[in-house]
Parts: sequence; C-alpha cells; structure tokens
Amino acid sequence: MVNLKINNKEITVPEGTTVLEAAKQHNILIPNFCYMEGVHQIGSCRICVVEVEGAKTLQASCVTPVREGMVVRTNSARVRKARKILYELMLSDHPKDCLGCSRNQNCEFQQLGELIQVEEFRFEGQKSKNVVDDTSPSIVRDSSKCILCRRCVTMCNEMQGVGILNAQSRGFDTEIGPGEDLPLGSAACAYCGQCTTVCPVGALKEKDSTQAVWEALLDPSKTVMVQTAPAIRAALGEEFGYEPGTLVTGKMAGALREIGFDYVFDTNFAADLTIMEEGTEFLERIKSFFYQQNLMLPEFLKKVKIHLEGKEPTLPMITSCSPGWIKYIEHYYPELLGHLSTCKSPHMMLGALCKSYFAEKKGLDPKDIFVVSIMPCTAKKFEVTRPEMVNDGVPNVDAVLTTRELARMIKDAGVDFKNLADGQFDSPLGLSSGAADIFGTTGGVMEAAIRTVYEVVTGRELPFEQMHVKPIVGLDRIKTAALTIEGAKEEWRFLEGVTVNVAVTSGLKGAAQLLDEIKQGRSTYHFIEVMGCPGGCISGGGQPRPVNNEIRQKRLEAIYREDEGKALRKSHENPDIAKIYEDFLGKPLGHKSHDLLHTQYTTRSKY
Amino acid sequence: MSTTLTHCQCKEMSEEEKFRLLGEIIEEYEKKENNLIQILHMAQAVFGFLPSEVQKFIAKEMDIPLSKVSGVITFYSFFSTEPKGEYTIRVCLGTACYVRGGKKIVERLKEILGIEVGETTKDLKFSLEVMRCIGACGLAPAIGINDKVYKQVNPDKLERILGKYE
Repeated sequence: MVNLKINNKEITVPEGTTVLEAAKQHNILIPNFCYMEGVHQIGSCRICVVEVEGAKTLQASCVTPVREGMVVRTNSARVRKARKILYELMLSDHPKDCLGCSRNQNCEFQQLGELIQVEEFRFEGQKSKNVVDDTSPSIVRDSSKCILCRRCVTMCNEMQGVGILNAQSRGFDTEIGPGEDLPLGSAACAYCGQCTTVCPVGALKEKDSTQAVWEALLDPSKTVMVQTAPAIRAALGEEFGYEPGTLVTGKMAGALREIGFDYVFDTNFAADLTIMEEGTEFLERIKSFFYQQNLMLPEFLKKVKIHLEGKEPTLPMITSCSPGWIKYIEHYYPELLGHLSTCKSPHMMLGALCKSYFAEKKGLDPKDIFVVSIMPCTAKKFEVTRPEMVNDGVPNVDAVLTTRELARMIKDAGVDFKNLADGQFDSPLGLSSGAADIFGTTGGVMEAAIRTVYEVVTGRELPFEQMHVKPIVGLDRIKTAALTIEGAKEEWRFLEGVTVNVAVTSGLKGAAQLLDEIKQGRSTYHFIEVMGCPGGCISGGGQPRPVNNEIRQKRLEAIYREDEGKALRKSHENPDIAKIYEDFLGKPLGHKSHDLLHTQYTTRSKY
Repeated sequence: MSTTLTHCQCKEMSEEEKFRLLGEIIEEYEKKENNLIQILHMAQAVFGFLPSEVQKFIAKEMDIPLSKVSGVITFYSFFSTEPKGEYTIRVCLGTACYVRGGKKIVERLKEILGIEVGETTKDLKFSLEVMRCIGACGLAPAIGINDKVYKQVNPDKLERILGKYE
C-alpha cells in the first residue's frame, strides 16, 4: 500500500494505482477525456493534469502512478490555469452549435465547459476538416466534433480487438477513422457501436431513426408495433435519473403506449422462441454428430431420426443473436460460418411473426404494419437492412431505436416517465419466461438454453440453485462450464454420462480467441454463446452512457432479478409459445420456422 | 536494410514478384508489429510508393488492422500513397534556408515543373517536397535531389540543375 496526500486528504491506495484513480476512490473527481477504466491509458488529452510537489511540470494524473509520500493538488491556481487553457485550445477547433447536436446536455466536453466557464473565445483559428461519414446504417462519424481523445480507438483496438478506428495523419490534420479514406460503410466494422458509448462528444453516435418512427406513428395508414429487447428494461431508467440497475419494465411499456404505438410487444417472447428453435437445433447437431462419429449404439440408430440434409454436423454450435458478432465473423472468420446457429436474432423473429401470425390474426395487410425494435444495439440498425431479413417482400423490422433514442422520444413526446403508471405488454407476443429476460446479459442465452435442453434430455429440471449456471454468470471475458448428463430419457440414452462443454464470451476479443481455438482444432466445446459487446446487451452500443464495470454489474444483477421474479422460468413452459407452435408454426425447425425464423450468412471481406 | 532487399532489381520486377518479395521481407521481420515501420520502408523501396493494395497486403500478412497500417503511413511524411517521381526534389525551408530565399526556390520549381508541392510530374520524373531542415544550414539555401544536396541554390540555377536529370 502507498500513502499519499491529495488536496490535504491523507489517503492509502494499492501500489500501481494512478493518481486519477486514487483520487476517484476518495471522492475527488479530476476531469478527464482520454481515460478509460480497466485498459491502458494513453495520457493524450492532458485535461487531467495535477500538480505534484517536487515535479517541475504538471503531470497527467491518468498515467501517473502513486508514490509513497506524494503530495498532489488537483485544484491549485496552476492546475486551474492549465486546465482552462487546455480546454480553450480544444474548444478553438470544436463547433459551438451545441443546440444542433444530439449530445447537447449529455456531452462531457460541454459539462466541463460549464465548470470552467469560458467567457470569451480567445483562440479562434483554423478549423480542421469537417467530414460527416453517414455511410453505415448504424453509426455516424462527425470529425468536426472529435476532440481526438482516442477513447474510441482504445475501445475498438484494445477492448474489441477489431481496429477499425485509428488515428490517421498527424498534427492538425489528425482524424480518427478507418484510414485509406474508407467510409465506415465499406470498412470491416462490426457496427457494435461500443465507440459510441465512450465518445465524450457527438463525434460518434448512432444513426438517427427517431424521425422515421415519428413519421410512421403519425401516419394513419400504418399500424405501428413496437418490441423491447430484454436489456432495455434494466438500463432505460438511467436516462431518467434512476440508479443503474433499476428495472423500469412497466413504465417502459406504459411510455411506449403513451407515445402512440398501437401494439406493445416484448422481444422476450421471441427469446423464448429462440430457445425452442436453437435448443432443438443444438440437439439435432449433437445427435448427428454422435451418429456420424459412430458414437451411437446400434440400438439407438433405429430410434433416432437424423436430419443431416447433406451437411456435416458442425460443432461447436455458436449463438447468433448478436448482429455485431455476426457481421464480425462474416468479415474475419467466414470459413467458420457453419458453426453459427441459423436462428435469426429474437427481434427479427418477432418482427416476422408480427407481419405473419399476428397480421393474419388481426386481418392486417403486412404492408401496412410498421415494426419498431427498441434495442440496446447499433448493429441491429444494420441487421434490419440485410436482404435475408425479408419475408413475402416486406422487411421483418422497419426501424430500430437504441435505448438512448427511445429516451429522447419519450422526453420529446412529453411523457412524464417517473410519474407514469406501469403498463403491460400486449398478448400474445408479449408473454415471456425468466429465461428470456436473461438474454440481455452475457451468459444468459446459454443458461436459458441449458434450462430447456437439460430438461428435454433428462426430463428433470436443471438441478442448480435458482436454475443459474453459476460458472457462466458474470463479466469475465471467457467463462466455461461442463455439464455431465445423468439419467437421460430413453430417446436420449446415448448421451448418458456424456459431458457437454460450453463456453460464453462477450466482446469481440474473446470471440476471436474462441474462434482461433476452433480454427486450430483445439476447441473442446459443444456450444458457445457470443455477444458482441463486453458484458452483453446490458452494455450494448445503444445503451445509456456512461458505462463501466460497476454499471454493467448493476444492470446484470437487475436482469437476474427480473428472471427470478417470474413465475415462468423456462422457455418451453411459456404457454403462448406452446400455442404459437400449435396454431401456426407447427414444430421447432419445421417448414414455417425455417421460412420465418431462420436465416443464412454472407461471406464478407476483411478489407 | 533487409538481406532480402540487398540485391533487388525492383524496377524490373513484375507486380507479382514485388508482392512475393514483400512477403519474404515480412517473414524476415517475423511479422512483428514493432517492425511495421521498417517493413513499410522496404515496401516503399520495392513499390516506389504505398498504394492501397500494398497496405492491405501488409495488414493481412502481419494480421494487424488496416487502419493501423494506414495510420502509420499517413503519420510519417516519408511514406507516400501516391506514385513518386524518379527524382524527389526536397527544398529546405528550415530557418536559415527560409531567410536566404528558400520560398523563392519553391515558387520557381513549381513554375518549371508545373506541379504543386507534394505532387509528381506526369512523366513520373520529379516529385516536389519541402523539408523543415536538412541539416545543411551553412550551405543555405539548399535543396536535395534524391541523395545529392545542392548548396547556395538560387532560382536562376534551377533549370541547369534539373537539366542534369533529363
């Protein structure tokens, strides 16, 4: 432990802590832009400078480690003067039309300006290049607003391991981008949008869809249906001043109705449906695998129906709910696309059902239906534009709003969110189990699948406390679990004593690690869950800012609370799921499912 | 200099041979990201400049993001993404050369060659660049053409100097 003094406060922190972190731990906040929790810092913005007794120059507190006996001042006259000049210099090349910026009142640069109180613009000079890149359906990059802090670069390279964003050119010409004058729309970007969650200003943001949704809402010929992803309810509250981890499911449903949506559905319903489809797909692949590897005793061969369709049973099977992850594997590991489950992501499934099953029920023409998905995700905006996501000539989903955009719409519509009575989802695409809730967090899809698959194979409920698969709960990059089948039912007896290995990862760096293992023939897993964003959808690219591990953990706990609070905990026990198979879909992996709920993937190039 | 490159007759090579050579250079540098700048130097020696295909080839072979490769290339003024002339004229505009008329030399060269600073003549003969200081202040104003330095240049001498390269 190291003892030091910051602003007259005697503090003790572990060795290796930076001055900025030490101060933060003792409730002294130092302004910063380039700093990012948990990853190496680059000290590029200098706004966090402090005075260290004995040091000739001011030190960037984010890269200065604590030393025994150190005396630090974060607010001395010298520090305040330097911080103001630094800020003014940054401001000299930043647009000042805040009213026209989507980050107005939610901008870290603006917030610091309010504290520093710059009364006149002393340094008016040349302006750097103004490039607005809106070629991607998910993310807009506006270089005129960029303050070159490089948080997005750290996120894209160090945390996601993708490296689409890097500094190009030098000095005044520096610009953050894919380089080679490639627009984002042509780069091998996953569109995960993690860069938009760390950008302190309006330089990286989701592409706006609120206007398209308003137009649909105000168009009397359209029946507008909305659905909400599992992770929204655990984060939307933050936009209205609630503590991270506050569940606002009821208020969210109520607010959507107030805004004017005709039907309020829950993507969770389709998450349950995903488990039915994906769980069945997994068991089919296992069955085929045992058959092909001659691991099945002859007595089973007669009893087991094998659907090979001329394809090799590809294991491990990998989940396909996260469109950023899908785009990533299409660009970077196209040779492994066969490992992906063919299931569409849940909201695409629900969209397809809105325009078929529900349209039929209500006698609506699918062309008059406008489906809006509220997603924690920017990649979903790209996903809905994929040509595969069309049935009978109409797109499954018409528009995607991020959690942040929804919050803007709620405020814009004049809805008093905090004082709103709880609303309900509409039937029949609104009822869901706890297993669907946990789709919103890393580890959740796998746990939901295990709850159902285990019961299908053994006839018994998953014998864990609260049915949680503990080793795959939490924020670690890669989590694994091994489950040995005991007491398999007659038709699954060939799995008796078999140990099923599963892995869960969130963030594309972990995904790359697991894919490399598969490529090198070292993978020992049967089933892998991948979510493109670190922590999963709870901290997706469309979720409220700021995000850090403390906030991720609170949202994660909220998701499990929502699950545990439900009477229904397993997807296959959702009565409306049973009903939709009975009335409409037939059976999992059946003809209609294949048409509406499954998809295929596209090989894309890396450059 | 890379051993692979020592006896390179790069100009006579086909594109295919150039890429094969670049692949060998990358191997020689063990595909290490730390060696990226050296590899880019070699690549520019082989190809004359660093076009998009070369950047992508390097990114792919070294398994690093393209944005990183282009980031380094655009950071250093030595690297060029445009074809360079056979001869690169570098006019020094460091303090000593500047006060002794470096600017006039640039203007005259622009006139003679019909190009702006940073550009290359259509016949790919000359490229024109400016440098902040080439460390030859005692010879100011100075210009360099490839490896040769010309001292106390004045605008009237330029046509004669360039004539040597025709």
